[in-house]
Amino acid sequence: MQISRQKKMEMLRSLLLSRRFEEELTELCKIEHKIPGMMILCTGQEAVGAGVCAALQPEDVIVTNHRSHSHLLAKGADPNALMAEILGKRTGCNKGKSGTLHMAVPEVNALCTTTVVGGGPPIAVGIGFAQQYRQEERVTVCFIGDGAANEGSVHEALNLASVWALPVIFVCENNRYAGAQRYEEHTKAPNIADRAAGYAIPGVVVDGNDALAVYRSALDARARAVNGDGPTLIEYKTYRWRGHGEADCQLYQPKDEIAAWQAMCPIPKLRGDMLAQGVISEDELREMETRIDAVVKDAVRFAEKSPYPEPNEALEDVFAGS
Amino acid sequence: MQSFGMGQAINQALREEMLRDAGVFLAGEGVGVGIHSSPMLPTAGLLDAFGAGRVKDTPVSEAAIAGLAVGASVAGLRPVVEIMFNPFFTLASDMIVNHAAKLRYLSGGKSAFPLVVRIKSGAGFGAGCQHSHNLEAWAAHCPGLKVVMPSTPADAKGLLKSAIRDPDPVVFIEDMMLYFVPGPVPETDYLIPIGQADVKRQGNDVTVVTWSKMVGVALKAADQIAREGIDLEVVDLRTLVPMDKKTLIESVRKTGRLVVLHEATRTGGFAGEVAAVVMEAAFDHLKAPLRRVTGPDIPVPASPPLERFYIPSEDDLIAAVKEIVR
Ligand SMILES: Cc1ncc(C[n+]2csc(CCOP(=O)(O)OP(=O)(O)O)c2C)c(N)n1
Repeated sequence: MQISRQKKMEMLRSLLLSRRFEEELTELCKIEHKIPGMMILCTGQEAVGAGVCAALQPEDVIVTNHRSHSHLLAKGADPNALMAEILGKRTGCNKGKSGTLHMAVPEVNALCTTTVVGGGPPIAVGIGFAQQYRQEERVTVCFIGDGAANEGSVHEALNLASVWALPVIFVCENNRYAGAQRYEEHTKAPNIADRAAGYAIPGVVVDGNDALAVYRSALDARARAVNGDGPTLIEYKTYRWRGHGEADCQLYQPKDEIAAWQAMCPIPKLRGDMLAQGVISEDELREMETRIDAVVKDAVRFAEKSPYPEPNEALEDVFAGS
Repeated sequence: MQSFGMGQAINQALREEMLRDAGVFLAGEGVGVGIHSSPMLPTAGLLDAFGAGRVKDTPVSEAAIAGLAVGASVAGLRPVVEIMFNPFFTLASDMIVNHAAKLRYLSGGKSAFPLVVRIKSGAGFGAGCQHSHNLEAWAAHCPGLKVVMPSTPADAKGLLKSAIRDPDPVVFIEDMMLYFVPGPVPETDYLIPIGQADVKRQGNDVTVVTWSKMVGVALKAADQIAREGIDLEVVDLRTLVPMDKKTLIESVRKTGRLVVLHEATRTGGFAGEVAAVVMEAAFDHLKAPLRRVTGPDIPVPASPPLERFYIPSEDDLIAAVKEIVR
């Protein structure tokens, strides 16, 4: 399948934006009290969000988890609003209620983010059901980690989605770790995708650092879903460069393993392809990078100069109209 | 005496109980290898000391972790399992609420479930409400569960050792901020009975009943307001179920005034239970209406000023005290 220049540019932009955004967060985390709470980054895994979201229409829905930055940015969320939310500001996409972990951006159909591991898939079933019920040609993508796949809720969701042929794409980002636990310590089966057989749905394993491969597999799953053929379980093999949170020293993660995966970084891969095939020129690339750098710096400036919420704004939003 | 935070005190209790009883084992997400290697944390070093046979890192599977405890306990072991953050108790709760708590009763007393569920809890680390949610009242509302919430390292050690030796399921809730607040801890093998409150400060004017992290808030408030000549008695409940009604009621009879303080949200919170117990047993001794100082009825927000607003403070307590001593 030929992938258009426009799609490739979109994915490259998305990869670069997510990387720059998170590099900035790594720096901000070094400044005391700048960022409240935890900071969980997807650095190194950006090709999954970029490739999957490039295969979606704006009206398609995503449900994401604690490692959401690249998913949200790739779906088109406003970097200013995300950055402000992460810094706990009133101008954040969720008025400071969420912080980095559960940012919901319904404006771009990122309808739900849950940081309860395994909480996403049953919700995605509900959204997929609504899409099927209204006979929309829409799909719902649910991002989970390899660790999440061991929650019972994920099994229940996969089974129900399969039985009812719901338009849901279950995306497992296998980044080799769940907290401090290596994949082999929490799962015996070599692939999470192998479980699909138990639900009689397709299970595919894809190189999660290859944005174009990610894109193609997501496009296939989308076609199946809108045809009424039901869900797909896609497992993207990728790697977590940073710890489970910026306070994690990654003592359990071998240094040479990190280095080996860094050598397979998704950005040079796509960029190299595009340069070699003349899809993008060096000049265009530099210009794209400069623009993205400005977008991220603006987001930080915007977030920093935004006010914190007033304390009693904590009382708002518990119920509709409160 | 040795001095360290509650994290290390719990660690010492676990270590001592594992040495004492070969049936005691640990399980949970990251109880062996965690992302943090600080010696201040409850299970630090235990994998090295006891091996992977007794310190079990589990997959992310709360229902299975809780079920493991239910099954292993009825089969004669002494499981101590960990739920990483209190909100995830909801995923473990079928096994704990519908099984651990009920199956002894259903068996006519023939089956026993001597298990401990350690739950890390408390607001104040900026993670938002899917990580911060105090659910002690839920556990306390479920007959068949004992509920312990220590406030000091020494209490935590003595209470956890009792919990592990207890023949019944115990929900042991640890406020994570207390892991880092040092205090004296006896080196000896000592037990603090489950169901015994502790008067952490003697006083004559107002009884403050509280537990866990809020005990520290109450003690600080007591020091401040003492300068204005108001003398607080601070009763640390330590165990919500079974509740030490005797200590509580004696204190209220002495002072004639009651404020109940907890971090959890107000509606349906455990303060309501404490208040009702006092009204039933000591109404005639009250010189003023009782007061509750609690978190507001909202999920815990992430942004720092919002989260600070949520957590009850010394000032909130002092204001409530002043309302009823006037
Ligand atoms: C129900 C539940 N249990 C535990 C946690 C704590 N926790 C947060 S992320 C995580 C690991 C998840 O691993 P994985 O699903 O592989 O996602 P990754 O972090 O690797 O992206 C854990 C245990 C949680 N948030 N929710």
